[in-house]
Amino acid sequence: MSPARDVRAERPEALLVLADGTVFSGEAFGALDAAKSVASGELVFNTVMSGYQEVLTDPSYAGQVVAFTYPHIGNYGVAEADSESAAPAVRALVVRDLARRPSSWRADGDLEAFLSARGIGGISGVDTRRLTRHLREAGAMCCALGTAPEAELLVAARAERGTEMMDLVSTVTTPEPYRTGEGPLRVVAYDYGMKRTILSCLAPYATIEVVPAGTPASEVLERRPDGVFLSNGPGDPAALGHLVGEVGKLLGAVPLFGICLGHQLLGAALGGSTYKLAFGHHGGNHPVKRLATGAVEVTSQNHGYALEDGAIPGAVVTHRNLNDGVVEGVACTEVPAFSVQYHPEAGPGPHDARYLFEQFARLMEAHR
Amino acid sequence: MGRRDDIESILVIGSGPIVIGQACEFDYSGTQACRVLREEGYRVILVNSNPATIMTDPDLAHRTYIEPLSPDVLAAVIERERPEALLPTMGGQTALNLAMTLSEKGVLESFGVELIGAKTEAIRTAENREAFKGAMAGIGLESPESGFAHDLDEALAVGDRIGYPIMVRPSFILGGAGTGIAADRAELTRLAAAGLSASPISEILVEQSIAGWKEYELEVMRDRVDNCVVVCSIENFDPMGVHTGDSITVAPAQTLSDVEYQAMRDDAFACIRRVGVETGGSNIQFAVNPRTGERLVIEMNPRVSRSSALASKATGFPIAKIAARLAVGYTLDEVANDITRATPASFEPTIDYVVTKIPRWAFEKLPGTPDRLGTRMQSVGEVMAIGRTFPESFQKALRGLEQGRAGLNADPAEAAYDEVGEGELLAKAALPTPERPFQLESLLRRGSSVEALAEATGIDPWFLDGIEDIVEERRRLEALRAESGAGGALSSMDRRRWRRAKRLGFSDAQLAYLLGAGEAEVRAARVAAGVRPTFKTVDTCGAEFAAETPYHYSTYEDEDEVRPGKRPRVVILGSGPNRIGQGIEFDYCCVHASMALRAAGFETVMVNCNPETVSTDYDTSDRLYFEPITEEDVLAVIEAEQAAGGGGVAGVIVALGGQTPLKLAGKLPPELVLGTSAASIDLAEDREAWGALCARLEIPQPAGGTARTLAEAERVVEKIGYPALVRPSYVLGGRAMEIVYDGEGLAAAFAALAGFDPSSGRPAGSLGREGGLSAERPVLVDRFLEDAIEVDVDAVRDRTGEVLIGGVMEHVEEAGVHSGDSACAIPPPTLEPTTVAVLERYTHEIAAALGVQGPLNVQYAVKLGQVFVIEANPRASRTLPFVAKATGVPLAKVAARVIVGATLSELREEGLLPSSPLSAPGYVSVKEAVLPFDRFPEVDALLGPEMRSTGEVMGIASTFGLAFAKSQIAAGSPLPEDGAVLFSLADRDKAGGLAAARAFVQLGFSVAATRGTADHLEANGVPVAVRVAKLGESGEGSPLVDAVELVRGGTVRLVVNTPRGRGPRADGAHIRRAASASDVPIVTTVAAARAAAAGIADWRRLGLSVESLQEHHRAAGAASGGAQLPGSDIADGAATRASKR
Repeated sequence: MSPARDVRAERPEALLVLADGTVFSGEAFGALDAAKSVASGELVFNTVMSGYQEVLTDPSYAGQVVAFTYPHIGNYGVAEADSESAAPAVRALVVRDLARRPSSWRADGDLEAFLSARGIGGISGVDTRRLTRHLREAGAMCCALGTAPEAELLVAARAERGTEMMDLVSTVTTPEPYRTGEGPLRVVAYDYGMKRTILSCLAPYATIEVVPAGTPASEVLERRPDGVFLSNGPGDPAALGHLVGEVGKLLGAVPLFGICLGHQLLGAALGGSTYKLAFGHHGGNHPVKRLATGAVEVTSQNHGYALEDGAIPGAVVTHRNLNDGVVEGVACTEVPAFSVQYHPEAGPGPHDARYLFEQFARLMEAHR
Repeated sequence: MGRRDDIESILVIGSGPIVIGQACEFDYSGTQACRVLREEGYRVILVNSNPATIMTDPDLAHRTYIEPLSPDVLAAVIERERPEALLPTMGGQTALNLAMTLSEKGVLESFGVELIGAKTEAIRTAENREAFKGAMAGIGLESPESGFAHDLDEALAVGDRIGYPIMVRPSFILGGAGTGIAADRAELTRLAAAGLSASPISEILVEQSIAGWKEYELEVMRDRVDNCVVVCSIENFDPMGVHTGDSITVAPAQTLSDVEYQAMRDDAFACIRRVGVETGGSNIQFAVNPRTGERLVIEMNPRVSRSSALASKATGFPIAKIAARLAVGYTLDEVANDITRATPASFEPTIDYVVTKIPRWAFEKLPGTPDRLGTRMQSVGEVMAIGRTFPESFQKALRGLEQGRAGLNADPAEAAYDEVGEGELLAKAALPTPERPFQLESLLRRGSSVEALAEATGIDPWFLDGIEDIVEERRRLEALRAESGAGGALSSMDRRRWRRAKRLGFSDAQLAYLLGAGEAEVRAARVAAGVRPTFKTVDTCGAEFAAETPYHYSTYEDEDEVRPGKRPRVVILGSGPNRIGQGIEFDYCCVHASMALRAAGFETVMVNCNPETVSTDYDTSDRLYFEPITEEDVLAVIEAEQAAGGGGVAGVIVALGGQTPLKLAGKLPPELVLGTSAASIDLAEDREAWGALCARLEIPQPAGGTARTLAEAERVVEKIGYPALVRPSYVLGGRAMEIVYDGEGLAAAFAALAGFDPSSGRPAGSLGREGGLSAERPVLVDRFLEDAIEVDVDAVRDRTGEVLIGGVMEHVEEAGVHSGDSACAIPPPTLEPTTVAVLERYTHEIAAALGVQGPLNVQYAVKLGQVFVIEANPRASRTLPFVAKATGVPLAKVAARVIVGATLSELREEGLLPSSPLSAPGYVSVKEAVLPFDRFPEVDALLGPEMRSTGEVMGIASTFGLAFAKSQIAAGSPLPEDGAVLFSLADRDKAGGLAAARAFVQLGFSVAATRGTADHLEANGVPVAVRVAKLGESGEGSPLVDAVELVRGGTVRLVVNTPRGRGPRADGAHIRRAASASDVPIVTTVAAARAAAAGIADWRRLGLSVESLQEHHRAAGAASGGAQLPGSDIADGAATRASKR
C-alpha cells in the first residue's frame, strides 16, 4: 500500500470539453499531464458501482472515454485477476473522485499507477452527474480532456470521428490463434475484442480455440468445432460487413452463440439491421426479461448499438430490456444459433444469466 | 401474475411502541404497506398499540385497532374482523413473533388466515439460529463456528470446544438484547445466564468471535416467481463486534471488488431462496475477513427492517411499498419504479453519491451506563446524510446529529480530544464509543498513520483515508490562515479553495473556526466567490433516466437540479434524529402538516435527516430535502426554493418538529417564520419574562426564581423552601432536571450543571451540546409541589384569537415525574369540572398573551384544587398525536393550517374540525410511556423529572381502569391477576399507600412489605403476609427474607417501591433492579399503585374487548350534549401506574 500523497494539492487543473462545446473542470491524473495534455474519444457513461477495472480493460471500450457515474473510483485498487484483457483499450476516464489509497487484500496495485503504466489518463473532480444528465439528453458524443487550453480541447473533441462506421475490431482482436479451456466440447471463438471472463465461463464446457476476427468461416469449419462463439467487441457493427458474411457461412453448419457485438453480427447475418442507441446501455443493473419463462435477469450491459426490433428472418426475440424494450436476445428457429446483447459472463456485474453458457453446451451436445 | 383476487381483507401488524431496536422505521414501512394495500382495493385491518404513528391514522386502514400487541388481542381482532390474510413482515420482530405465536396456537388455522409475505417455515428457518445455520451449511454457505446451548453447562461445553473470546447471542431476540462477547469462562457464565433469560425460547448461540472482521449487509427482494434483486449494499464503518444498529454504516459498499461483491450477491440469493422467503424484502448480513476475503453469513431478517428503511431512503427504492405489492401477487417487473415511472422495479438501484448513517445515543440520560458500544444495540435514533463523497456525507451526518458539533471536529468541542495524550487517545479510540470518529480525526491530525489506526480499530483504511482527506484540507486551510494572518484568510480563499473545502463536507461553522471569522462572514465570502450548494436528485439510476420525484440533497457541484416551482411553497422543518424527548410524535406532526397543507392547495417542502421516518418518504411532501437541520443547511434550502421561482417560499414552519426547528426560528428571515413569532417563542422560554407574564395574568406559578450560580440558587431556596425543582432552560425532555430536597442536593445539581457549561470550552457535556447553561440561559429553581396532579393541555390558537382546547390530559404520576414518562388519561378521570374550566381559561389567556398562532402546550400542577402553571410551549407537543387519536380531531393538521393563516371557523366550515363543540367521548384513552431500562441494567428504574422513555402506547376502553390495564399490557408489563404485591414505601407515601394496599387485598392479593411499611399497614388493619428484611438484614439467624431474594423467588408479581433516596446504594434501587431483572412489573409512585389496582379490578369485571378507532370515533361523533364521564371504578379517583419498560 502506497502512503497517501496530498494529491488534491498536487494535481494539475484540467478540462473536459465535449464536441458540443460543454465544458467541465477537474484535475488531471494518470498519464495525462503537461507533457501529454490531451486525450479524446467517444464519451460514454457507465453506472456500475464496482468493477471499474473490468470496465477499463474491456476491449469493447476501444475508441471511447468512460465516465463513471459512481463518484469514488479506485477504492479497492487493481488485481491482475480482474483484467478483462492484456491491455486496456479505453482512451481515458472521467471520475468524480479517484481513490487516494486503495484498500483490499486482493489488490496488487492502485488504479492510478495501473493506468499511468499503460499510458492512460483521466480527469477527476468532475460533476459526473451533470455530465451524465447532459449525455442522456444530448446523446453520446465525442470529447477531449486534459491540461491543454479549452480551445485546443474543443478542436480535439471535434476532430474525433467517434465509433460510427468505424471498424475498431481490428485494433483489439488477437493477432494469432490460441487455445484455452479444458472442457470436453470443442469451440472456436471469434475474438472481436473478447473479455477474459467469457473464456472462463466457456472453459468448464469446452476446449476453446480463440481465432482472429478476420479468420474465414471455411478455416473455422475445417477445425470441425462442436460450436462457434462470437465474442463481444467495440464499435459499429454496420462497419463490419466482412465479418457478417463469414458468420452467415457458419449459420446452420455449426451451433453458434454470440454475445454483444457477436449478437449484432449474428442478427445482421440473419438479415436484421442495427442502429445506434441515443446513449447506449453501460452498466450492471439492466433488467432483461427472458420471454420464454417470464423470469427477469439483472444484467451487465455495454453496448451503444442494438438490433432493430421487428421481424428477423428465421429468428425470434428471446430477451428484451425492460427499461426501454431494446432487443436483448434472439434465437434461430431453423438452425442452432442464439445470441444475447448483454453480458451473461458478467465481469463486472451480476451472474443471473450464466445459464446461457450451459445452454450453449447443451446445444452443441445436441448437434454433435 | 398480478394482483391476487382470492383474498379480500388483510391484517397488518405494527411494531408497537418505539423501543431501542424498533423505532419509527416500522411506521414508515407499515404506512407504505397500508397505503398500497388500500390502493389495491383490499380491506385493511391494522393493529398497533402506538398512537404516535402515521399508520394508526384512521384513514390509512379500514379498521384501526390501537390495542396491545398480544396474542389474545390479535386473536380477538381476527375473530371480529375475519381477515383472509396476515402480512407479518412490516412490524419488525414484534409482528413476526406474534404471527408465529398465532400460528403455533392454531389461531390462524382455525380462522383460515393465510400468512402472506413470509410463511411460518421461512420465519422459523431465518429466526432460529440453529435452523438457519443448518440451512446455510446445506447450501454450502459458511457461518461462524458455533454451538447452541439451552443451559449453562451446554454453553460452557461449547465455549471450551471453540475457545475464547466467544460471542453469545440469544435466539429470537430484538436488536441484539442479551448478546455480548465473553473473554473467558467466567464471563461466558455471566453472559450465558443473561442470554438464556433474554431468549423467549431459552436458547443461546455460543459462537466464534469474529470481532474485527468487516461487516456488510445486502437488502434483497424476491417475488413469487423467484426474481431476486439487491436493492442496496451497505458497508459498516465499524467492524464486526458493534451491533449494526449502533454502527456507522455507509452505502453502497466501498471496499469490495466486483468479484467479491457478486459472490456475496450470489450467496444472498441462495440464502433467501433456501430460507424460503416467498416475497418481499430481506436483509442479509455478512462478515468478511479483511486479510483473506473469507466470507461468513451472519444472519438474515425475513422482513423489512431498520436497514431496509435506510436502504429505501438511500436509494429511492421503496422496499416496504414494493414488498406489499409483491405480497399480494405482483412480480417485480409488474411494479413500476416510482421515481423514473418509466422503468420497472425489477432492477438494482445504482447510486451516484455516498450515504452515511450515524446512530445517536442517549447515554447522558442513563447515568451509570458506560458509553461502550457492543453487540447489544443501545442507540435511540439515527441520522443519515447524502453527499457525493464519503468525507462530505460523513461530515454532513455528524453535524446532522445535533450534538453541538459542526462536523468532524474543527469546532471548539475538539479541545476535549486534543488535550488527551496521543497514546491515551489511541487506547480510547480502540474501543468503540460514540466519540470514536472525533478521536480518530484528532489522532490523524497529530500524525498517527492510517495503518496504525486501522490496526488498532479494525476500521478499513479506506474510511480512515477519507478522514485523512479531511485532515489534509484542514491543514491547507490552517496554512492559509497562518500565511494571510488574522482577518486575511477569508479574502485569500478563492473559488477553487472554497469548493475543495465544501466538497469535503466542511460546514461554514467549521470554516469559521479554522479561518478565524464569523459563520455569517464565511458564508458571505463563500457566496461572493460564487460557491453555493447545488442540489442533486436521488433517482435510483445514477441519472441514466429522468427522475419524476424531487428528492434532493446538497453538494458542491456545477449543476443544480431543483425544478422551477409553480406555486408558493411552505417549508416544513423536521425534527432530526430520534432522541429521548424528541421522537416520532414530532415527525407525525410534520407529516400531518404536509398532508393538510397539500390538501389545502399548498406545495410543501420537507427538510429532515432522519431515515427512519415517514416525513423522509419522498411521497409525503411535494419536495424532499434530505439535509441536516442546521442554520447553514436550512438557509441553503430556503435560498434554493426562493430561486426556483413560482412565488418562492411562502414561509417556514418551525413549530411542529420539536426543539430542533424551534431553535432555528431566530436565525431565519423573520418574515418567513410562519405562525407564532420567534419573539413569542423566546418569551415562553425566558423564565423571567414568562414569570412576569404569569404575574400580569394573575395565573399562579410555583414560587421560584432564576439562578446563575449556586449562591443565587441558595438565595432563591431561602425564599421558597425545599423541595425545589432545578432545571435549565431551552432543553428537551427534562434534560438534567432534578428535584432537590436539601442543600446538599442543590449543590450537587449545580455542580453537575457547571460541568455542562459550554462557554468553558471543556468536555462538551451533553447538556452544553444541546445549548444548556450559560449566562444568558440561567437555571430555574422552583418550589416543587409535592403530591400535586400534573395536567397537560394541548390547544391551538388562530390569528383571530379563537382558541381550541384539543385535550386536557390528567397525569397518573404526580407532578415531578417528567410528563413524557408519565401515564396520562383523556378525559381527566379525577379533575372537577370547575378545575377543568380554570385550566381552559388559563390556557386561553396564556395563548393570547403569547400571541400564539398555532399549537400550544401548557403544563399545570393541581394541588388541593388550586391550579399552578408550570410552563408553556408555543409549539406542537409530544402529546398531539395521542390527543388526535383519543378525540378523533386531527389536531396536528388543524395546527398546521392555523399556522399558515386559516381560522378555526374556516376549518369548521371545511369540515376539518367538527362543526359543533366537542363532546366527551364515551371511552377513556390512556397513554403510557415505555422505558428502556431492560437494556440498561445499570440504571435505576426510577421515574423523575428527566425524561427517559423512548416511546409510548395507548389503551382505549370503556373505563379508566380497563384502559390503564390495556396500556400496561401494551407497554409490555401486564398487571398481575394474582399473587403477592411487595410494598416498600417512603415515609411520605405511607399514608397514600394504605388505600392501594387495601385495594390489592380486596382483590385477593397477598401483601409483602419491608419493615417500616409493614408496621404502618398492619397498624391500619392491612394484613401483611410476608415481612421483608432490609438489604443485609437477612441471612443466618434472621427469620426475615431479603426483598431482593423475594423478588427473584418469583412469588411477587408486582413491586410498589417509592423512592427514599437517590443513588445506587439506596435500598430501593436494589429492589427495583431485581424486579427489572426478573421481569416483575414495578410501580414507583403510590398513584400508579392505585391505578394498577383499579385496572386489575376492571379487567376482572369486564375482561378483554377490542374495538377499532373508527368505531370509537364514530360513537364519539354521535354523542351529543351530556358530557357524562364514562363509568369508572376508581372510587377515590386514583391515578395509577404499573411498571414501565
